[in-house]
Amino acid sequence: MLHYIGKRLLQLIPVLLGMTFIVFMIIRAIPGNPAQVILGQLASKEAIEALEIKLGLNQPWYTQYFDYLVGLLKGDLGESMRTVQPVAKEIWPYLAATIELAFFAIIIAVIIGVNAGIISAWFQNSWFDYMAMVLALIGVSMPIFWLGLMEQWIFGVELQWLPTTGREEVRDPVNSITSLYIIDTIIQGRFDQLGTVLKHLILPGIALATIPMAIIARMTRSSMLEVMRADYVRTARAKGQKMFFVVYKHSLKNAIIPVLTVIGLQTGLLLGGAILTETIFGWPGIGRYIYEAISFRDYPVIQSGILVVAFIFIMINLFVDILYGLVDPRIKYD
Amino acid sequence: MRKSKIWSFMLLMFVALTVVLAACSSGDSSDGDTKKDNDKGTTDTSEEKVLVFGRGGDSVTLDPAGATDGESFKVTQNVLETLLNFGEQNTEINEGLATKWEPSEDGLTYTFTLREGVKFHDGTDFNAEAVVKNFERWANGSEDLFPYYKSMFGGFAGDESRVIDSVTAEGDYTVIFKLTRPQAPFLKNIAMSPFAIASPTAFEAAGDKFGDSPVGTGPFKFVEWKRNDSITIEKNDEYWNSEEPKLDKVVFRAIPDNSARLNDLLTGAIDLADGVNPSDGTTVEAEAALQLFERPSMNVGYLGLTSTRPPFDNQKVRQAVNYAIDKQAIVDAFFEGRAEVAKNPMPSTISGYNDDIPGYEYDPEKAKQLLAEAGFADGFEMELWAMPVPRPYMPDGAKVAEAIQKNLADVGITANIVSYEWATYLEKAENGEADAFLLGWTGDNGDADNFIYVLLDEDNIGSNNYSYYSNDETHKLLIEAQTEVDEEKRNELYKQAQEIIFEDAPWVPLAHSTPLLAGDAEIINFKPHPTGSDRLNKVDFK
Repeated sequence: MLHYIGKRLLQLIPVLLGMTFIVFMIIRAIPGNPAQVILGQLASKEAIEALEIKLGLNQPWYTQYFDYLVGLLKGDLGESMRTVQPVAKEIWPYLAATIELAFFAIIIAVIIGVNAGIISAWFQNSWFDYMAMVLALIGVSMPIFWLGLMEQWIFGVELQWLPTTGREEVRDPVNSITSLYIIDTIIQGRFDQLGTVLKHLILPGIALATIPMAIIARMTRSSMLEVMRADYVRTARAKGQKMFFVVYKHSLKNAIIPVLTVIGLQTGLLLGGAILTETIFGWPGIGRYIYEAISFRDYPVIQSGILVVAFIFIMINLFVDILYGLVDPRIKYD
Repeated sequence: MRKSKIWSFMLLMFVALTVVLAACSSGDSSDGDTKKDNDKGTTDTSEEKVLVFGRGGDSVTLDPAGATDGESFKVTQNVLETLLNFGEQNTEINEGLATKWEPSEDGLTYTFTLREGVKFHDGTDFNAEAVVKNFERWANGSEDLFPYYKSMFGGFAGDESRVIDSVTAEGDYTVIFKLTRPQAPFLKNIAMSPFAIASPTAFEAAGDKFGDSPVGTGPFKFVEWKRNDSITIEKNDEYWNSEEPKLDKVVFRAIPDNSARLNDLLTGAIDLADGVNPSDGTTVEAEAALQLFERPSMNVGYLGLTSTRPPFDNQKVRQAVNYAIDKQAIVDAFFEGRAEVAKNPMPSTISGYNDDIPGYEYDPEKAKQLLAEAGFADGFEMELWAMPVPRPYMPDGAKVAEAIQKNLADVGITANIVSYEWATYLEKAENGEADAFLLGWTGDNGDADNFIYVLLDEDNIGSNNYSYYSNDETHKLLIEAQTEVDEEKRNELYKQAQEIIFEDAPWVPLAHSTPLLAGDAEIINFKPHPTGSDRLNKVDFK
């Protein structure tokens, strides 16, 4: 097992290296000059040149890339051109905000998606099955900005149930320690604030959960249908076991593996792909952080931001692969 | 063994879900996040008056001298103060940290008398020495550190082009500025947000980190900055004007989406929203709990015609395009009528505006005739660049471009609309790669120089003169106007320049828009400023 994890971690190195190279080249291919963007519209040519020298942008690209790699090896993610802060220090609050939201969304997606998929498979071709699959289709194809604004309108403006944007009630701000507000409020025993923080998670969480929820539901359904045709299910039924046990105990264990894969991939996607949700819900997450860095041509932030997201994505998938072994002892790591 | 793990994992998820559901359905709203429970900006946990101001983006830095973006100045304007202030809703010069200012006859020396008994938030005394240290800090900087210092005062210590030669203290409360040449808008520049006076103790200690926690003399003190999320400032109890500020706290929240920001206002999560779409103006007016604020216009939205690119190198073609476009229809449709149709490169509130200019009326026949005279009787094909982002001076670039496309088609010109991501758009336009492009400008200090010279002088080709317009005559007038201290004579020079520009038609000036804000009906004394930097020291709740 440890041997396997070690091997997987070693395999990470070429993947991440290749990725830094591709990202590095792509962002430099985008027209637009960081020095110009930083200095604003009134900048003079001389100043732009001076700043390029200061930022090292006048160096040939391979020198810049090499310097960046050397920095990475030292654990230095570079410095934001815009805020002049080390990216390593600056990135955490954004990452924390996204992790909190993505985790919340994936929990919703898994609970509802897996169960809807199971019930759909159990009662195949019933009205529930058809309805769930139609809803899943709608969920996958609904534009998130429309869904987000509708949610805000219905649950925020009309019903006044839930807050529409942001992470907290700013009139009573959370005293941030870890930047993970759920943990921060629990540590400080501010359970009133914990309630507020959770409330703020609901609408963006639902908006973000729709697509993975639909995908998980469909995956679970097809995977379950396959398993439920197996001999041991018939045997279990013949022995007079309750259907509920057959489905939730015997079938689910075997059906869950492909679903786990999907869950892993979707979690990774939520981390980087939440830009629209974060924009609509004013969520200060990493998607918007990278998006704004792209608008400002803040090269170090784009490079390192994408690197961090990719790293997490890969780690989640490694974690999922390890989970397989826990779920299915037949899977061997060697 | 193993199967119990997966079950406990599932169980954990269910528990989490239950906790969440319990949290949402808990009836008591202790966070005042609905309008019904929210007694106007005060939470029921305290009697504090808190104003939450929602805007489109976060600040870049809170060191005003290092900023170039409006979102940064919106905050710093309330934390740090300038020697002179603009008027409440205009750009006339008023007292600030200086109570008197006297220019010499030749316009080369200015003597400022400072307000006494003022302290910075960190307890440092505000005096002549502090002012000198601030100007020294900027003069010894560079353009990437202090961009506005360079653009408004010509250059840094030792530069040939610099305007400010020396700043010296005479006693504790007198500061003397010596200039290398007279600068007509000098006092207006001094009143601009970037030249607010910071605590020398603080910026000497913080170095380049000063922008993370600014220290000034303003009515509010900096408290906390959660990047991309919120900036909190609180009442300065020691403020030199004991009547102000009225609010205990102001929170600036970054909410990028305009519709989401309006939803937040409707739920009471924020009290004031900047950047309201013109199309939402009526919604706000119809809502009893809200009021609409109009920011006095100090901008121009225009269609630039790059004079170095054929056929726009032909004056008749540029005039024809001016006649072809129905500006009034564009203002009615896309600015909801909340804009003035433009005929000059600057709005009518700016001193030196030439109202005798007739402007190009909508006259397709005349446009066709001019095109025929220029040798384009069958029209021509061109690219029309549409802005990808909404701006106060151009709420919807794509739609305006479509209207212009239709107008041009009516006179035989085929315009293909193109658009790029914003930074790319500006860079390409700056390189003169656009035939015709939509763009605009919001004034910094309410001076004519900040519009005409910045946008249409040959000195600024490759920076803000995107239309590559160059004319020696206007150049001479504009340079002369920069050092002319007699207001009458100076305005005359600008009026002449506007006549030449009108004839040359390097742009189609479209509109001077009135940007909208919306707020809680209980807000009083909020006066939006034309520069976009609003002072909140008088703002209160009923």
